[in-house]
Amino acid sequence: MTLSPITDHSIAVAALAAFLLACVSRPQAPQPVTVAAASDLQFALEDIAGDFRRSHPSAEIRIVYGSSGNFYTQIRGQAPFDLFLSADVEYPRRLASEGLALPDSLFTYAVGRIVVWAPAGSPLDPARLGMGALEAPSVRHVAIANPEHAPYGRAAAAAMKSMGVYERVAGKLVLGENVAQALEFVESGAAEVGIVPLSLAVAPPVRSRGRYWEVPPGAYPAIEQGGAILARARGSRLALDLRNYLAGPAVRDRLKQYGFSPPAPRETR
Amino acid sequence: MDWQAIWLSVRLAFSTTAILLLVGVPLAGWLAFSPRRWRFLVEAAVALPLVLPPTVLGFYVLLAIGPRSPVGALYARLTGGMLPFSFQGLLIASALYSLPFAVQPVSGAFQSVDRKLIEASWCLGVSRFATFRRVVVPLARPGISTGAILSFAHTMGEFGVVLMVGGNISGVTRTVSISIYDQVQALRYDAALETSLFLLGFSFVVLALTYALQKRIRSTWPMN
Repeated sequence: MTLSPITDHSIAVAALAAFLLACVSRPQAPQPVTVAAASDLQFALEDIAGDFRRSHPSAEIRIVYGSSGNFYTQIRGQAPFDLFLSADVEYPRRLASEGLALPDSLFTYAVGRIVVWAPAGSPLDPARLGMGALEAPSVRHVAIANPEHAPYGRAAAAAMKSMGVYERVAGKLVLGENVAQALEFVESGAAEVGIVPLSLAVAPPVRSRGRYWEVPPGAYPAIEQGGAILARARGSRLALDLRNYLAGPAVRDRLKQYGFSPPAPRETR
Repeated sequence: MDWQAIWLSVRLAFSTTAILLLVGVPLAGWLAFSPRRWRFLVEAAVALPLVLPPTVLGFYVLLAIGPRSPVGALYARLTGGMLPFSFQGLLIASALYSLPFAVQPVSGAFQSVDRKLIEASWCLGVSRFATFRRVVVPLARPGISTGAILSFAHTMGEFGVVLMVGGNISGVTRTVSISIYDQVQALRYDAALETSLFLLGFSFVVLALTYALQKRIRSTWPMN
């Protein structure tokens, strides 16, 4: 041991002083808001947040994208998020019933749509074949998101079942960890066709790279995308403003451009 | 508990270890004894999977074995099958991913074999290859078994690469780590806990057994 006790002591004092200084010198700006958002919002939310910032210039909004199920687990572990925009309203509902989200703030902001998607260079034309594209003889793999935990994967499986192709396609299914990976499987050529969200198919980087056919919304249970303010942001003005803005009509029109349907009227507050 | 996934992981780990012993031991021998000046380039390439995130490796492997790549096209012509989302595809990815874990300990063990013994063997007229097989490899046995254990253990615990190239097909590419991940994602924490606990116990027992065995080999071989 070469360090004397005095040196140890002075290091501790210096660390404490630095810590106190950091606490004191924090500027008095409005509390920043951290949003945990489902990855299918990736493209739409950047635009929407840009609009919101224009009316709230001093607002600091950080957006983290990821899987809704992961966020749910992390929020239960006290993750520092203020607003949760889930791909499935079920997760915020559960958080509200567990006291981790504010029940009054629960809202549905959009309804997801799914499409059968094939790359632009593929001989398969989903627009012509519809769901039948999955059964084409050249198709060996059909990529979807994992129905066990991804809402869009669940919708894809339900649509295949209700349209009577599931039995014949089940052996060809490959499961992406999320919808983006399902799309990547098809884009890389490893799978010939996939069922992905419309929001992904019309997203700027993907739009020109594939062709799609929209699965009729009646073929699967609605993918209600919902959110809530989390308990730790109780009383945060900015979090409430942002939540109300997201539930408002301006955002609804924006989301339409990005491949979402507006929520059914009874669901909004 | 997802026994199918556990069994798949065990099979994958065994097959990967077998491949890595076949490929890794000669490669480690070359690295240990080659006089080539550009040897360091090969050493660096072998060590890459230690540094690269599994996502990078998985992403490249998916592109490299896909039907549009030369490798994937050749495989399709020869077998009529496809590498992505198959056990064989997973095997290629796992072998690449665990390559440094097999090669580095073995190459280290080769390098520490007493040069005098090797040269004595050559002086007695034994060929280079026979010397390698009959002198160097037996003396480096602890290093080789370390390489094998590490490859096995590393493949058992592999997650990122499998997630990137596997496609999560039950019984074909859904390994135990993926199955645990799915259970957590589906909020089935009890099942996840159970499988994780099993994996923890299994890994510990395998490692403990092999280290115990290795100690016996080490302490007895001077007498053979």
